[in-house]
Amino acid sequence: MTNEQPAIQVTDLTVAYRDKPVLWDIDLTVPGGVLMGIIGPNGAGKTTLIKTILGLIRPAAGQVLIYGKPYAEQRRLVAYVPQRSSVDWDFPASVLDVVMMGRYGALGWFRRPGKRERELAFEALARVGMQEFAHRQISQLSGGQQQRVFLARALVQDAQVYFMDEPFQGVDATTERAIVGLLQDLRAAGKTVVVVHHDLQTVAEYFDWVALLNVRLVASGPVAEAFTESALRATYGGRIAFLEGRCSGAGAGEPRAGIVVSS
Amino acid sequence: MLNDLFADYTLRTVALGSALLGIVSGVIGAFAVLRRQSLLGDAMSHAALPGIVLAFVVTGSREPVALMIGAAFACWIGAMFVAAIVRTTRLKSDSALGLILATFFGAGLVLLTWVQQWPTAAQAGLDRYLFGQAATLLERDVITMAAIGLPALLILALFWKECAILAFDPDFATSIGLPVRLLDVLLTSLLAVAIIIGLQTVGAVLMSAMLVAPAAAARQWTDRLGVMVALSGIFGAAAGVIGALLSSTATRLPTGPLIIVCISALAFVSLLLAPRRGVVWAWLRNGRLSVMR
Ligand SMILES: Nc1ncnc2c1ncn2[C@@H]1O[C@H](COP(=O)(O)OP(=O)(O)O)[C@@H](O)[C@H]1O
Ligand SMILES: [Mg+2]
Repeated sequence: MTNEQPAIQVTDLTVAYRDKPVLWDIDLTVPGGVLMGIIGPNGAGKTTLIKTILGLIRPAAGQVLIYGKPYAEQRRLVAYVPQRSSVDWDFPASVLDVVMMGRYGALGWFRRPGKRERELAFEALARVGMQEFAHRQISQLSGGQQQRVFLARALVQDAQVYFMDEPFQGVDATTERAIVGLLQDLRAAGKTVVVVHHDLQTVAEYFDWVALLNVRLVASGPVAEAFTESALRATYGGRIAFLEGRCSGAGAGEPRAGIVVSS
Repeated sequence: MLNDLFADYTLRTVALGSALLGIVSGVIGAFAVLRRQSLLGDAMSHAALPGIVLAFVVTGSREPVALMIGAAFACWIGAMFVAAIVRTTRLKSDSALGLILATFFGAGLVLLTWVQQWPTAAQAGLDRYLFGQAATLLERDVITMAAIGLPALLILALFWKECAILAFDPDFATSIGLPVRLLDVLLTSLLAVAIIIGLQTVGAVLMSAMLVAPAAAARQWTDRLGVMVALSGIFGAAAGVIGALLSSTATRLPTGPLIIVCISALAFVSLLLAPRRGVVWAWLRNGRLSVMR
């Protein structure tokens, strides 16, 4: 799916909880085959944006298209990794049970997951390095392992576009590196990956596309163009300090080691 | 005692009815507990009371089927009110549930008192729906309970994986295109079925324990959803039968409350003693650790 049609097209999107606008007039186009970070302070509406794209929240206005069609028609192309903390990990289920849930959409009504679903689930678990944990009860996993399980569930969905909400939150450094590697593999396979991300230091290293969000969309585009000091200031307001000013001409990569956000 | 069970027709009917009620409320209650909707079960059971009295006022008969239909309606309307309050006001769901429980139950008590002052005799015994009166169970009541309870279990089995994913991760369920609203309505309706099956035996006041306690006990013994739900049904049924037997031997004690005592004891023991999850085990483990240190 590396045609010209954008993977995600958001037009004039406004979302409000009761009367409080949380997203205001968002226009966002994401080309296929990029690994995009959605960046913004707490409460900026990052989760809300993803949930609205996925049809979990009804917008007050605006439209979302996935490869040119509404989400409801393109579900099979999309996989979703919710924030890890959004579910109860004491639920009575094994790792394998949770990963197989990723096949439920394709399975349809009344059919139970069988041998094929198990194989796919084991494959996905192997990709996230969790195959020995297949029969482990999910409450016995560490935060990083829980995140890998969620990732494996998205992998068995075998999608074109992946949405992940804070996949690095509360995971250890090894898991973070493993996840980043996996995301880059997905992009290399032509998939589009959208990740809500918190850590400004690693943006340039992890992503090739970025959207800066704080109720409004401040900037979006290739990291080298959109991830600028002025855009960051506009996104984070006064809560950001650039320890060593951004060296002009140094490309998009290095100089952000000194960005500090106070909250 | 077991001989009585086979010989005594009334006892057999009561025990069978209590077992049915235990299975249905155990299985369906397990999903309510996993979805953190224990309080919804409580509010809906209390909300059934005005439905029962109004059904009597409208039909003029104490026919259990008519009263059950009235109860089901009231449960349902109560649940809808809760949802509407949460959607349209700033009240959180626990407040909405408390409000609906108190309003409906209060209205039910007022209606009940009013009806009981009627000069006719037909209304006598309506108050049994407060705390239940298993001794009044007839064979056809048990057949009615089975006729609505077993299809409810079958429906749950058919939509098993959808209900499981709805309970674990509703956002993900929505994202893969499941009609989450409809499934929610389905599970709420099944909850109403479990409640109306229990009203005659256990009563509106104590019914919520029949929904919560078997599941709480079952969760302690297993980490697998299917096993937990099955165990919850078995625990409910066992409490039902034991309660019925106890009440038949110690004559003056009422069946419904005895069933509740049994299932509560089972839940209590499970919370304390179940391997791994039990309080005592955690305590022993910590004790041993500190000794080793
Ligand atoms: N269910 C909700 N009801 C009301 N307000 C909400 C709800 N969810 C989020 N919000 C508010 O919307 C804003 C954006 O939230 P969110 O999208 O979670 O931000 P982020 O993911 O960027 O931290 C926050 O101010 C939050 O308080
Ligand atoms: Mg968020």
